[in-house]
Amino acid sequence: MARKILIVDDEPNIVISLEFLMKKEGFVVAVAGDGDAALEQAAAFRPDLVLLDVMMPKKSGYEVCEQLRGDPSQGDLKIVMLTAKGRESEVAKGIAIGADAYVTKPFSTKELVARVRTLLGMA
Amino acid sequence: MNHSRLTAQRLAALFLLGCALFNYPLLALFNRAAEIFGIPLLYAFLFGSWLVLILLMALAIERRED
Amino acid sequence: MLQQGWVIVLVSFAYLGVLFAIAYQADRRADSGRSLIAHPTVYALSLAVYCTTWTFYGSVGRAAATGIGFLPIYLGPTLMLALGWFVLHKIVRVAKANRITSIADFVASRYGKSQLLGGLVTVIAVVGVVPYIALQLKAVSSSFAILTGYPEIVMPARAGAAPLLQDSALYVAIILAAFTILFGTRHLDATERHEGMVAAIAFESVVKLVAFFAVGLYVTYGIYDGFGDIFDRAQEVPKLAKLMVTADTAASYGSWAALTFLSMLSVLLLPRQFQIAVVENVNEAHVRRAVWLFPLYLFLINIFVLPIAIGGLLHFQGGGVDADTFVLTLPMAHQQEALTLLVFIGGLSAATGMVIVETIALSTMVCNDLVMPVLLRWRALRLHERQDLSGLLLEIRRWAIAVILMLGYLYFRLAGEAYALVSIGLISFAAVAQFAPAVIGGLYWKGGTREGALAGLLGGFLVWCYTLLLPSFAKSGWLPEQFMTQGLFGVELLRPQQLFGLTGLDEISHCLFWSLFVNLAAYLGVSLLRAPDAREARQASLFVDAPRQRGELAGWRGGVRVADLLPMAGRFLGPERAREAFERHARSRGFAGLDALPADAELVHFAESLLAGAIGSASARVMVASVVQEEPLGLDEVMNILDEASQIRAYSREVEQKSRELERATAELREANERLRELDRMKDDFISTVTHELRTPLTSIRAFSEMLHEDPKIELAERSRFLGIIVGETERLSRLINQILDLAKLESGRAEWTSTEVDLAEVVRESAASMTQVFRDKGVTLDLDLPPGAVVVLADRDRLVQVVINLLSNAVKFAPAGRGRVAAAVAVDRGLAQVTVADNGPGIHASEHERIFEKFRQGGQDVLTDKPQGTGLGLPISRQIVEYFGGRLWVESEAGKGARFKFTLPLQDTR
Repeated sequence: MARKILIVDDEPNIVISLEFLMKKEGFVVAVAGDGDAALEQAAAFRPDLVLLDVMMPKKSGYEVCEQLRGDPSQGDLKIVMLTAKGRESEVAKGIAIGADAYVTKPFSTKELVARVRTLLGMA
Repeated sequence: MNHSRLTAQRLAALFLLGCALFNYPLLALFNRAAEIFGIPLLYAFLFGSWLVLILLMALAIERRED
Repeated sequence: MLQQGWVIVLVSFAYLGVLFAIAYQADRRADSGRSLIAHPTVYALSLAVYCTTWTFYGSVGRAAATGIGFLPIYLGPTLMLALGWFVLHKIVRVAKANRITSIADFVASRYGKSQLLGGLVTVIAVVGVVPYIALQLKAVSSSFAILTGYPEIVMPARAGAAPLLQDSALYVAIILAAFTILFGTRHLDATERHEGMVAAIAFESVVKLVAFFAVGLYVTYGIYDGFGDIFDRAQEVPKLAKLMVTADTAASYGSWAALTFLSMLSVLLLPRQFQIAVVENVNEAHVRRAVWLFPLYLFLINIFVLPIAIGGLLHFQGGGVDADTFVLTLPMAHQQEALTLLVFIGGLSAATGMVIVETIALSTMVCNDLVMPVLLRWRALRLHERQDLSGLLLEIRRWAIAVILMLGYLYFRLAGEAYALVSIGLISFAAVAQFAPAVIGGLYWKGGTREGALAGLLGGFLVWCYTLLLPSFAKSGWLPEQFMTQGLFGVELLRPQQLFGLTGLDEISHCLFWSLFVNLAAYLGVSLLRAPDAREARQASLFVDAPRQRGELAGWRGGVRVADLLPMAGRFLGPERAREAFERHARSRGFAGLDALPADAELVHFAESLLAGAIGSASARVMVASVVQEEPLGLDEVMNILDEASQIRAYSREVEQKSRELERATAELREANERLRELDRMKDDFISTVTHELRTPLTSIRAFSEMLHEDPKIELAERSRFLGIIVGETERLSRLINQILDLAKLESGRAEWTSTEVDLAEVVRESAASMTQVFRDKGVTLDLDLPPGAVVVLADRDRLVQVVINLLSNAVKFAPAGRGRVAAAVAVDRGLAQVTVADNGPGIHASEHERIFEKFRQGGQDVLTDKPQGTGLGLPISRQIVEYFGGRLWVESEAGKGARFKFTLPLQDTR
């Protein structure tokens, strides 16, 4: 069974690139443009992993991450935070609220894919 | 500054000299019925030492060290 | 000729006229700034006011009785002048710094500006000096009487024997009073200085020296054949030979030393000496010459004393002629009419000099330290409400002069005959010697207190009264004889001139010993009972540390206005003089005038010292305090002000004030610190935001590039779409970088501007045209409302286009897609060109109206709901541009009702 990945970012071009990348790797992909949509999709789509942008309107990636972690039904969900703000403190914050990985923009596509595979136990 | 202090010390010394000159016992030395150059000794001594004292005071205070 | 009384009177008045002319001239010169007396020699000569008729007539009398015994009175001052560099110099400096106007003022000021102390010193000075004034009256009147007998030598009748209205001494007193009033109280000077008087006194010193020298030369070389001849003749007369030596006893040397010491103090402490040497001193440096010139003067005026005395004794053998009159009677006996007249003038000059300066000094003290303090406390007089008190002050002084001279005359009638001239003078010397502990001690010892000074002065004065003044009445028969011989209430131990059985001293030494013993013991003993309080300590340090701290301010606190101080000073000095003084003060501190003068501690101090000149330092303190504390002046208030408690109150007020200021400063500091931290945070945020904004397009670019690079099998359509995104993101990145650089340039002021005449309507039209496609894409309508003609402003055209495009793109960004409406308008209003860009978007909450002009605020959390495509730098940049050209950019909006961005620019006048 193909693994499912939810891509959350408010930058359309980044969404396009990630979607293309993940589909090419054989994942089933869904996208969301903001935090609220991300939570809806997470419930409906039941992804195995979320690529989650931090800086978004309406609801930030941190809030989304916290809410997902607070949901027992999403216990196996892996969360990868994406951020353009590469500060140490933000990385720490992301890990502290339960993110499995933290990737700084701009990222290397190869590394991102490798990271996702590792987290899903596919490597 | 230094000069002014020196002046002050000289004047103080002259004051002490004057106190000594114009009082017992120096006074008693000259309190005799004698004359010098036809002038009574006590009279000559007092006026003489007085004048010298004044001259020294003038010298002390008006002298400018160059 | 001389036997005609009127000739003598005429000559006397002529002489007084000359004196007055000199004084008048000197005053005029002083007013025009070319002081006649600003010369060290004049200062030294004026000090010779020390030599009165006592010297002129009395020394010869003393010499005839005791030989060399007249000399200590002049040796003492010589010694004091040797110390002048320390003592006199210091007193002058202290007095100048504190605007001291008399010796009473000096003592009062030193011990915490005590009115009581000033009053006591005044009383002692007046009582003590009255005999001395009597001496002058006696000398002048008897010399006049003798002169009218010319060429017969007839000793005048006993003092007080003549009926009152035929007593020449009375007329002498009246004339001298009138003359002194004319001389010394024509106007009021804050410094209490009388340049005219000083000039006249210096002149008199020359006159009396010349006159005495003339007699001396005449007697020594005219009548006899030089010094040697006189002394040889004296040796032949056993009685005279004794004069060449003094008694070789301890008592004799003791009284010699006592007189030397007494005169040492007197040359400094006699009110007139203090007046001339300290108050009238125009320049500290003048002391330098006086140190030797004044003793030299004393030396010269004494050279011929003994020859004249011996000459007189030889000539008038068998007595009948008072030795005190030899100076006058010797030339008379040889029918030297002109010389006789010169001598009379010399004696008159010695008397007038003394009387003028002494009574002026005393009247100042009586007025400032005795009468004014009482009047000011006397509520019923309502003096504190009087506008100009200077007239009253002069009036008081005139009366004081008259009363003092009348007291002198009274003493002359009562006790004048019992004593020789010198003995009367010594009574006064002993009185003023009582000031020594308080003055000299106060100058070098900080421990003295008000009570100590009071106790010392009072004790010494009472002893003086008992051992010297009362006996002088007793000897004249005005007190019972038993008082002298059997003591008070018949108690032997209390015999006034053998007090507690002390015998073997002459009456002066006896009095000097007991009075100074009691005085010093009380001064030290009482002073040591307690430590000086704050005010005493402050004054003590002003006096004792004088050479070290010049111009140090006595601390004053409390609110005060120039407008309060000036009228108050005007009441005492006269409005004109006060105003001039204040203006001088303002200029000396580098202010343009009165208006610029701050009402600070220095001004208060100045006003106080200015007033001190008119009414004494103690009264001045009370007056200034009444204004400074803004309280009506009354006894209670005055007592309050003088009370130590008020100082503490003022002090605690000051502390309170200071702590409030400190709190304020702390708050300001905290705020500034907060602001700094905020700025720091903003800078951090800015960098973080810039980083984010730059990384976002970079992320897309890198992702697509890598994918295209690694997977050559991507379809052509995909490939070209991805490349399009890369190009777009690259453009976005460039734009962002350009704007950041643009803003940096604007902010640092390094931007390049061109300023030309620009038609604002044209700018808006052109900007709108370039945006047509954007509007069309989003389905937003754009309405333009432009005036028909040109709206010309002076600006950089491209920059204005940048602003308008920025506003239009913001508007289209926030206008709802499909039904959005944007309106751009140009209008002219009151010399300003105004551009408005309005949209029907979500609007901006009032709290955000300013924040949207901050950098990257668009990225902020609450400002915008949709993430716009802008960089967040457009509005800050636009505002910078508009403001550069002298305009203003702002927004008017309410949430939900759209936004209207407006900017104005000054209209360029094209005509």
